Amino acid sequence: MEPLLRMTSIRKKFPGVQALDDAGLEVQPGEIHALLGENGAGKSTLIKILAGAQQPDNGTIEFGGEHVVMASPHDAQRRGIATIYQEFTLAPNMTIAENVFIGREPGPSVFVDWGKMASDTRAITDRLGLALQPLAIVRGLSVAEQQMVEIARALSMKSRLIVMDEPTSALSLAEVDKLFRIARELKAHGLSIIFVTHRLEEVMQICDRYTVLRDGRLMGSGSIKDITIDGIIRLMVGREVKALFGHRDRETGSDVVLRVEGLNRLGNARDQSATVLEDVSFEVRRGEILGVAGLVGAGRTEMARSVFGADRFDSGRIIIGGREVRIRSPKDAIHHGIGLVPEDRKQQALFLALAVRINLSMASHGQLLRWGVFIDETAERAMVEEYRQKLNIRMATPEQLIANLSGGNQQKVTLARWLALRPKVLIVDEPTRGIDIGAKVEVHNLLFEMAQSGIAVIAISSELPEILAVSDRIIAMREGRVTGQVKREEATEEVLMSMMTLSAKNNERNHGNID
Amino acid sequence: MNETMETSTEHPHSRVPGRTKLDVFGILARFAPLIFLIVLMIGFAIFEPRFLTPLNLFNILRQVSIYGLLAVGMTFVILTAGIDLSIGSLVAFAGLVAAAVSKGGISNRFTVGAGQEAASQGWYLAALAAIAVGVLGGFLQGFAITKLKVPPFVVTLGGMSAWRGAALLFAAGGPISGFEPNFVWMGQGRIFDQVPVPVVIFLAFAVLAHIALRYTRYGRQIYAVGGNPEAARLTGLNVPAITTSVYVIMGFFAGLGAFVLDARLNSAEAVAGTGYELTVIASVVIGGTSLFGGVGTIFGTVIGTILIGVLLNGLVLMNVSAYIQQIIIGIIIVLAVAFDTFAKSRQRVG
Repeated sequence: MEPLLRMTSIRKKFPGVQALDDAGLEVQPGEIHALLGENGAGKSTLIKILAGAQQPDNGTIEFGGEHVVMASPHDAQRRGIATIYQEFTLAPNMTIAENVFIGREPGPSVFVDWGKMASDTRAITDRLGLALQPLAIVRGLSVAEQQMVEIARALSMKSRLIVMDEPTSALSLAEVDKLFRIARELKAHGLSIIFVTHRLEEVMQICDRYTVLRDGRLMGSGSIKDITIDGIIRLMVGREVKALFGHRDRETGSDVVLRVEGLNRLGNARDQSATVLEDVSFEVRRGEILGVAGLVGAGRTEMARSVFGADRFDSGRIIIGGREVRIRSPKDAIHHGIGLVPEDRKQQALFLALAVRINLSMASHGQLLRWGVFIDETAERAMVEEYRQKLNIRMATPEQLIANLSGGNQQKVTLARWLALRPKVLIVDEPTRGIDIGAKVEVHNLLFEMAQSGIAVIAISSELPEILAVSDRIIAMREGRVTGQVKREEATEEVLMSMMTLSAKNNERNHGNID
Repeated sequence: MNETMETSTEHPHSRVPGRTKLDVFGILARFAPLIFLIVLMIGFAIFEPRFLTPLNLFNILRQVSIYGLLAVGMTFVILTAGIDLSIGSLVAFAGLVAAAVSKGGISNRFTVGAGQEAASQGWYLAALAAIAVGVLGGFLQGFAITKLKVPPFVVTLGGMSAWRGAALLFAAGGPISGFEPNFVWMGQGRIFDQVPVPVVIFLAFAVLAHIALRYTRYGRQIYAVGGNPEAARLTGLNVPAITTSVYVIMGFFAGLGAFVLDARLNSAEAVAGTGYELTVIASVVIGGTSLFGGVGTIFGTVIGTILIGVLLNGLVLMNVSAYIQQIIIGIIIVLAVAFDTFAKSRQRVG
């Protein structure tokens, strides 16, 4: 059969990174296709190219039997490709009908025929078996319902291919079932669906075929019937751990610096009743690096932010050096010796309009005070120079704007900001995101040195080779829960990947060593 | 999954030390207000010989000194990406309270000659009263902004109406005028028969504010909160307290400005300060402080204030109508912000 979509030899280079290097994707008419890969494998880039949001450097796209160039998102939609991103693109204050027909409202010239728009919307929702009022305001809908509105919009555009990026990540089990029922129905009507997902159990349940990307390359493609979950995991992570990412053996202290007990949190910005953290418990010792593995949205960052006082939590205890402490703000956490290097450097750590020197010392003004209010700039310059040497921060001058440093050097300044405070516990969230390979190795070495000096380090990363390289012990999280714990010696990418992707129940059976 | 967005902004090899180019545009942008001021002064001097006399220059400074005091306070607010529209009204209210205090209390406030003989301390009680009203007013607005989480624009728009109402209520019997000589000297006197007292007050507080912003921990924290409030919070700063404090500082300067205004006019009235917020915000923005927060200096604000004073003075000397002056000020505000945005986009790319 002639495939509906064939993407061949797709290449895309971003400054510093070859995001796609000979990637491909083939989708048959009337199938549900799983697009799989680790974080950073290139899935997002590939679907953005398909959606016309980005242009490939190289490669061809055939859709419906003809060569096409997706010049813009509008162009892709016109040809029948609808993409539903994780962050919905609905206008929250408008009605369902307006959202479904946005930009294509029926009616004479500039006027909108509300009656027709509502009845057309109802025709689509009825077809999907949804009980939605066309004139209801989108803001009041649940995440699952909003997703259905996105699907209705795709159908109203007469789409032949619907791409869904992590469609189940914010849904309850019942909602997932409903989504799958609708997906099967669309398939029966001849539509094709691409699921970009991390949940391999769901892939086995709903998908017909799969494509796995790794490091921007097509690693394998085939029928779900012919492969197992383990087989998919092997394709996803199958690279040798790069020799650069060497582990360094060292002594770990025995005294527990930080113990977290039964951390619970309900409700995030999108959904009041979502389980964000459920009974999260762990401990980290002096001089130890605790790795936290998990997929995007597994609750790793939320755990870190709760421990650091950046987000509230509902219940649970934080014990430092044997004493329970109350942490209600980052200020409290810092007072108790906890630091956090957040995942998004630019949004959450850096003051881009200020000099490197001022960025570096921002948390440690207390050590630099003269007469209680003035900052001793001589001492400050000495501090900056000390960390420039220690961390090998490459900059023209400390007076340079931090915005003009490379990502790796920006990250070193952020690390230095916390090191200057001499923390007992340092949480690093995605410490090497968006920095080049050389700087990654340097950051890893810094983490080793920090642990060596007695700091208890908690390292969160989506990159399994990184977790394996830096950690002494690893916990995995999924859906707000700790789903497993392994010593580094026993950890492999396969073990971690299964702890991160399978449901907690399965893990207790397989690895039952949550202590 | 946003690996592409992350990586696309990285240029791992493009920022090697030692390869920093001389950023002509950046330097130009930084000193643009000063350059503009000098060009303007040369221009007026050529067209109007009376412009460049010491008497006229001191007059300009005296005229802008109250705007200048307010602009110094406003710089703190705008550095945190806030705004205060209430200052004109707060100046009127604080000025009336100060005037009443100098006359020995509310019941005497309309008595001609009251307070004259009472004591020569009248002036500093008046100053304290004006500043107390300003600080309290600023604190209330800061509290509403940080605790009730109402945007500064809305809170101070409310304040603009409320303080004006309070002033009208307080001045039910008309203006309060005729203060004791020491009080009046604060607004009309000259030191060494040359330098107007308000100019000295303005420049002295500008220097203090400069020191606070440039050399203290508190100053650093203001830039941090304005530049990136989330990062500031995650660095352990008390963002609500710092945000509230800038409105208190603004209130302090509104009170001080009200006091000097009373003294200069030897009178306080409920319609005083009308429209000040516009001129003051314009001075700060023209001086290079970004409305988006985190960027700006007191030096720039002083230059911006003088620039507006010079512009208005020059236009008056050239017989340009007051209405056209307003139009010109309006256009200049928009151009200053456009320039700021343009400079920022240049920075991002370069």
